[in-house]
Amino acid sequence: MVAANELIGGVLAKRPVATTGVMSWITTIDHKRIGILYGVTAFIFFILGGIEAFLMRLQLASADSTLVSPEVFNQMFTMHGTTMIFLVVMPMGAAFFNFVIPLMIGARDVAFPRLNAFSYWTFLFGAILLNVSFLTGGAPNVGWFAYSPLTDDTFSVGFGVDYWVLGLQVLGVSSLAAAFNFIVTIINMRAPGMSMMKLPVFVWMTLVVSFLLILAFPVITVAITLLLFDRLFGTVFFDVSAGASPLLWQHLFWAFGHPEVYILILPAMGIVSEILPVFSKKPLFGYTIVVFSGVLIGFMGWGVWSHHMFTVGLGPVANSAFALLTMFIAVPTGIKIFNWIATMWGGSIKFTTPMLFSLGFIAMFIIGGLSGVMHAVAPSDLQQSDTYFVVAHLHYVLFGGSIFGLFAGIYYWWPKITGKAMSELLGKVHFWLFFIGMNVTFFPMHFLGLDGMPRRIVTYAGESGWEFWNAFATAGVIIIGLSIVAFLHNVINTARNGKKVGADPWDARTLEWSIPSPPPEYNFAEIPTVKDRDAHWVEKYSQGPDGRPIPKVQGAAEVAVAEEEHNIHMPTPSYYPILLSMGITLIAGGLVSHISVSIIGGILSLFAIYSWSFEPATAPDASESTTKEGAY
Amino acid sequence: MAVNMHPPEHHTSTGLNHRKLLMWTFLGSECLFFGSLIATHMINRNKADLIHGLSPSCILDIPITSISTFVLLMSSVAMVLGVAAAERADIKQMRIWILATVVLGIVFILFQVYEFMAFVDEGLTIGTNLFGSTFFTLTGFHGAHVTIGVIWLLSLLITSYKRKDLLVGNPLNVDIAGLYWHFVDIVWIVIFTVVYLVGAIGLECTEVGL
Repeated sequence: MVAANELIGGVLAKRPVATTGVMSWITTIDHKRIGILYGVTAFIFFILGGIEAFLMRLQLASADSTLVSPEVFNQMFTMHGTTMIFLVVMPMGAAFFNFVIPLMIGARDVAFPRLNAFSYWTFLFGAILLNVSFLTGGAPNVGWFAYSPLTDDTFSVGFGVDYWVLGLQVLGVSSLAAAFNFIVTIINMRAPGMSMMKLPVFVWMTLVVSFLLILAFPVITVAITLLLFDRLFGTVFFDVSAGASPLLWQHLFWAFGHPEVYILILPAMGIVSEILPVFSKKPLFGYTIVVFSGVLIGFMGWGVWSHHMFTVGLGPVANSAFALLTMFIAVPTGIKIFNWIATMWGGSIKFTTPMLFSLGFIAMFIIGGLSGVMHAVAPSDLQQSDTYFVVAHLHYVLFGGSIFGLFAGIYYWWPKITGKAMSELLGKVHFWLFFIGMNVTFFPMHFLGLDGMPRRIVTYAGESGWEFWNAFATAGVIIIGLSIVAFLHNVINTARNGKKVGADPWDARTLEWSIPSPPPEYNFAEIPTVKDRDAHWVEKYSQGPDGRPIPKVQGAAEVAVAEEEHNIHMPTPSYYPILLSMGITLIAGGLVSHISVSIIGGILSLFAIYSWSFEPATAPDASESTTKEGAY
Repeated sequence: MAVNMHPPEHHTSTGLNHRKLLMWTFLGSECLFFGSLIATHMINRNKADLIHGLSPSCILDIPITSISTFVLLMSSVAMVLGVAAAERADIKQMRIWILATVVLGIVFILFQVYEFMAFVDEGLTIGTNLFGSTFFTLTGFHGAHVTIGVIWLLSLLITSYKRKDLLVGNPLNVDIAGLYWHFVDIVWIVIFTVVYLVGAIGLECTEVGL
């Protein structure tokens, strides 16, 4: 074994050296490149999850339709939910964590660059494992929350549930590794002077999300491990005939699942909290209270899970307690919304594309939040549970909330990531089509739900009277599809002939705008010293007596960038993160049907762990990287 | 779980080493992992079918497990001494105490293997009933953690001979392994209390009229 060789002789395998081409991307440990990989992958899965949704909408567009068989329909709604949550919103958030967080806190990389690469590859392979099930005879078909006992091998024969369980296990490893990394990065790698209460709000929200991840994922890990053991080793955790309570699954799943909801929305809230001040030319209103509201949401998110279970019969005491807590969590959320509105109040607002998406986020999230409070009322929820009303609610918060926030982030940071400005016209076309399409699709679902249309039904009778709004909703999906075409056109157009931008095209406030676009490999030629919140803004402007900003003469920040510093030690690329990801995915994939594959995966993992352990983060013989423009 | 063997080079905002902070967050995460497993056991143990007409908790042998618990606790003492030796850069003492930790860890695992085999002989397997499923899963995962700890410490021990440079003057590598080891120990104390001791409260384990 090479690892043993290294141990004995100290003979290090050659480190990867490529700086361009495919190999450089496979072995990269640069947080910016990993961020781009996350973003592109998540967008591809966004298209895939969208196609799954479109198939369902086509089927439901007319009554008594037979376009999609019930079997396929079950797979579509399961994979649509799982894909959009685990393969789109979470990794798209991770894309921004990766690209932006080190830049915002004035760091040259994350705390563990190789672990970061490992997170990405594990995510990619886990996502592939989940989707391979389509090719091997049947994707998961038990809903994204996979209630027991439907998932037991008595009721779910075939490999679909196994793929779901093992795919989620691998994705969990990825999320946990990323969350550990970002907690350490944010706590430990802040630039001198950047105290916790000077962190940009997006960094704060990332920290909260990371803590939610490390505490929520072990719970789902246990739940799916128990399910896996039931299916593979004959345990009886969810076997009702052995006296098991199927409620155990629901409790474990939602004890994870509700914090997960905040894992999905807090990054978007952080992004919006960055964008609104920039395009209102005002600092964020009530920074401290916005931060603490986010933290409070993180804490309270643990006390509301049973509102997903009002209809299972927990009794009036439990239902009342969870109803009250759920209504109470609307308070910090409402505080945030008021602070965002107050940020814009009296500002000189510029309606750029990122600003429009942020405003869309606020509007849609309010609607989703209000229907959320309606669900919190347990008696009312008894009527709404498992109807399209819930589908409407969750899409207003996840699509209208998370996805709008993430697109705001894409348009906002695009110039920083690529160094080119996107077309504002196409951006606005995208926004308005997206906004209209989303409301046309999801608003009628409120009516359908209140009229009693259940979720997850493959078709409905013509006399139900649901056909008109269903056809209406399907038309909305086509508008959303057109808006995505506008976005893709914008991306391609920008790549071909986008206008080059400077370091700070938006006249923004945070540190990432103090360095060139795209940032060089080492980010900061000189690590900045932070004096105040909005660290970049205070370098550019001082405050006049009426509170209005007065430009300083020739920003000091520009001078700092121009200063060249040599001898920056950057971590060296490595083969082992991707090898370990492969090993872990093979272990999981093999458990579905071929245990020998698992053994190969285990050996590969061991090899990768030991080689990684004895590989220095920065190769000792690496030539000192001198200041050069980062080209990728 | 990267055991990066290189001295910390960077200044950190809190003064805490990156890897040590990583281990603390990892252990925080593990608390929820074991917490969920323990909760699963507590919910299910009284719902299990009887074995030989007795509550399945009767199968637990508290005296023997007390001995194995003592062994694991002593391994933590050895670990503390190992870390202290590493901090003094006393590599000989460090080797002795890491070896002692490893041996005690292995003894604990052997106790567990014996316990599992005895239970299977008496008719309790992972698939027998809810008690068996939750008991074997919970203690099995704990045993796996101990095993990983043993492998980790053995790796450090071998490293101390082959790549002394990675450990001398750099006690962090031993320190972090020590954090993990103590955590696994503490989890066992909770399991021993909740599964074995609390599980035995009010049990009637004499077979009446047979």
